[in-house]
Amino acid sequence: MSMAEAITRFVPDSSSVAIGLALEPMIPFAAAHEMIRQQRRDLTLIGPISDILFDQLIGAGCVAKVTAAWAGNVSEGLGYCYRRAAEKSIPRAITIEEHSNFTIALALLAAGLGSPYIPTHTTLGSDIPSHNPNLRQEPSPLDGSPLLLVSALQPDVTIIHVQRSDEDGNAHYWGNLGVSEEAMLAARDVLLIAEEIVPREVILSDPNRVLGPSFKVRAVVHEPWGAHPSAVQGYANRDHAYYHEYHERTRSVEGFQDWLEDWVLRVPTRAEYLKKLGAERLSSLGVKEHRCAAPVDYGY
Amino acid sequence: MEYTPQELMVVCAARQIRDDERVFVGMRLPLIAFALAKRTHAPHCVGLFETGIMRDAPSEELLYTMGDAPNITGALWTTRTINLMGLMAAGEVQLGFIGGAEIDRYGNLNTTAIGDWQRPGVRLPGSGGAADIASLSQRLAIIMQHDRRRLREKVDFVTSPGYGYPDAHGPAGAAWRKRVGLPRGGPAALITTLAVFTFDHETGEALVQSYHPGTSIEQVQQQTGWPLRLAPACAETVPPSAQELRVIRESDPQGKWTR
Repeated sequence: MSMAEAITRFVPDSSSVAIGLALEPMIPFAAAHEMIRQQRRDLTLIGPISDILFDQLIGAGCVAKVTAAWAGNVSEGLGYCYRRAAEKSIPRAITIEEHSNFTIALALLAAGLGSPYIPTHTTLGSDIPSHNPNLRQEPSPLDGSPLLLVSALQPDVTIIHVQRSDEDGNAHYWGNLGVSEEAMLAARDVLLIAEEIVPREVILSDPNRVLGPSFKVRAVVHEPWGAHPSAVQGYANRDHAYYHEYHERTRSVEGFQDWLEDWVLRVPTRAEYLKKLGAERLSSLGVKEHRCAAPVDYGY
Repeated sequence: MEYTPQELMVVCAARQIRDDERVFVGMRLPLIAFALAKRTHAPHCVGLFETGIMRDAPSEELLYTMGDAPNITGALWTTRTINLMGLMAAGEVQLGFIGGAEIDRYGNLNTTAIGDWQRPGVRLPGSGGAADIASLSQRLAIIMQHDRRRLREKVDFVTSPGYGYPDAHGPAGAAWRKRVGLPRGGPAALITTLAVFTFDHETGEALVQSYHPGTSIEQVQQQTGWPLRLAPACAETVPPSAQELRVIRESDPQGKWTR
């Protein structure tokens, strides 16, 4: 399915969208850019740390609510669009539900387990629980000691970038997982963005590397470099300079608008985006030395 | 030998790591501190990264983020964030590093908002994993720029709990952590551009353990928003050795984080 069709069909206005779930790598920027081009509105963004992806969607006016542990620019610092929205309601006011990385992971885990909540000790004594109605402090039924109850969080749609998938959404993922697995199991619908589409046999050859159940997957989009500027293990290194340029250019509203025109609005497809990046830059980000794992034997 | 304030902070951070410890490594300076400790006094320490990575050896290339591809190559374990947070919640992580925009005399940190949360003067990025590391590790080490606007009597928002505050039920300190339900831990060190603080577990207060070469207690006081208390053996910070500086410069040859 094309990215445009997948976003049209599965990410309507007012959706809650879990995206950027491995923290710094494997961020589905191509999907976010398509949401911006299609002028999605009133989205709820769910994620631990999605680097500059949340900042872009917020700046483009797509977002009503942020349910996250962190929003900014990891290697540069603050995110200017997030700041403008939270401080001055530019381009619109947003609601923020504070989380930590652990609480958002537990919220997604609870939904995937069908549990109403999961108890924990993390963030007790901080101001985070009082700034998120889905975190409640209650005494433990066992001994009366303080507990934090993290309510289950089910995203309407979870979007995950993977290295390879078959056409039915059976996908191999490797590298650090962040909360990708929890978010896939928690979601009502899943969209996969794949570097490569491979035959079913490739997936069946290594079932331990499969991310989650394909029956949740509504669409697989073949989009090489779809996570640029974030890293994809075995395919692409992080484009640090791109984050720096974004930071420098988005200090003002006008600067952000100019950046958005340049990299999203006047770039209708990912193929055009890659042409704009240029072969030399892509090659400099590619894998320099392949390090393949030892094969595993599933024989019997 | 000449060195930068960042290089001195890396050395102070590395000295917090003991051999055989499991360390929750943060971004930037702690990444270099982990590499330094590993190659000097703590060859058996293991680094945990909240993205879902555990490493026995520092990555082969300088990292801009903990999720960079070289940090996954040759890892001991790549896994889910929740597994590493879960290990920390179960008490298996001895030391955690975090940074902060604001800290107060009881080691409470703010990375959420300056001013009123509803209408902040500056909206900061938020917790990430910092609140978890502050809540759940056995010891917490904090690395920050030192100035009066950052080291305040009281922070505007407690993102990462330190030793709380005195209240109707008792004092700040380890007793406060127990009262609110935190299982262990608390700040062990605050490493700044001017000084290193330790903490009094009974009262929860920061104590100046050492002031960096070229500064003085008076200068540290000028840049600190609460009346300083000194640790009993307060002295000048021991400067980096030539070997320490060599390892730091090998780990960060362009000086991305340490210049």
